[in-house]
Amino acid sequence: MNPLTRDSMARMVAHSLPPNAFVNLGIGAPTLIADHLPDELGVILHSENGMLNLGPKPAPGEEDFDLINAGKSPVTIKTGGAFFDSSMAFAMMRGGHIDVAVLGAFQVSASGDLANWNTGNVDGAPPAIGGAVDLAVGAKQIWVMMDHVTKDNVPRLVRRCTLPLTAVGVVKRVFTNYCVMAVEPDGLRVEAVRQGLTPEALQAMTEAPLQFGCRLGVIREDGTMEPAGA
Amino acid sequence: MVGGFGGAGLPRRLIEAVLAAGVRDLTVISNNAGSGAGDLSAWFEAKIVRKIICSYPRSAAAFAEQYRAGTVELELVPQGTLVERIRAAGAGLGGFLSPVGVGTLFEHGKQQLEVGGKTYLLELPLKADFALLRGRAADTMGNVVYNKTGRNHQAVMATAADTVVVEVAEILAPGNLDPEAIITPCIFVDRVFLAERA
Repeated sequence: MNPLTRDSMARMVAHSLPPNAFVNLGIGAPTLIADHLPDELGVILHSENGMLNLGPKPAPGEEDFDLINAGKSPVTIKTGGAFFDSSMAFAMMRGGHIDVAVLGAFQVSASGDLANWNTGNVDGAPPAIGGAVDLAVGAKQIWVMMDHVTKDNVPRLVRRCTLPLTAVGVVKRVFTNYCVMAVEPDGLRVEAVRQGLTPEALQAMTEAPLQFGCRLGVIREDGTMEPAGA
Repeated sequence: MVGGFGGAGLPRRLIEAVLAAGVRDLTVISNNAGSGAGDLSAWFEAKIVRKIICSYPRSAAAFAEQYRAGTVELELVPQGTLVERIRAAGAGLGGFLSPVGVGTLFEHGKQQLEVGGKTYLLELPLKADFALLRGRAADTMGNVVYNKTGRNHQAVMATAADTVVVEVAEILAPGNLDPEAIITPCIFVDRVFLAERA
């Protein structure tokens, strides 16, 4: 049993999004979700730098450096898209107009605290925050897409975040390379798990206590789920 | 204030012009802190910035070097709060209440107020002596339109500086911009000049 690749994780999240939702994808890994959105799902992507209805990457040679996403990569705009200024872009977030924001994270706590902006490294590098705090507070639902453990196998799903917080108690669902979890009032409940992984093995990689639903979904290697959208 | 988000809408000619003018001890308000040739990196290399107020000084080698050396001050502001503080200044407001940052490091030093059972931080307005912006086109009256995501912080910055200068790729006679589509009306703009893409 292999953990999901980044691409498979992106497919899993893309297929879990509600139809016709307005969605913001955080910089980093969540950006990959855009490549897996089925057209018929009708999801409209929002970008904090002032655009609705982001399209895919442009063909080589057709990049326009005034048409970029929040990660500063060239993108395209789909039919029916709109440009606006940053103040309106953030009003869409803080004002609760974005249905789902999918963000990367370093740590998520059992109560849905999010730490995704500062690894607390003390090498003197300047900190950077961007729009992460605004999104985490404003979107109707915050989903996290991240590896289940760090490169050194340290759990990222923790009882209490040890890194500086981005927002308190905001995360609703977490998608990792091993499972999908919902953040409930009494902690993390696993909704689906990578095919072949036992609950015990998953708990061993997780500092926060996990609960397992009786109808646990199964995640295949390509990121699709059984039952679909579990 | 310097408009732009990454390279989108960055007023590169104005950035060069400030360098050539030989000014120093600048306080800069911008989204980023430069990440390559011809952007704000040049100001940090020339050591003319005393303080930067920004949200995302990442991949900013020249800035990071001075930050580590302790020769430049950083005020890190969440991006939505940054633009809204500028908007407050431009709109004549004394500040605003934001839920962003409550329970995090970003609440430090800020007054907290409870309204309707919810906690907010008091955020104060942010204005500048100069706003340096990049538009796609202006008319000779100073009405400005921007280019795609090049609009970013610029439309708000145009409202919040004593002197607003916009470099544009095209200058038109009045009447050639659709009044329904003008983003920055001329009341905010002091100077426009023609600048090909750097």
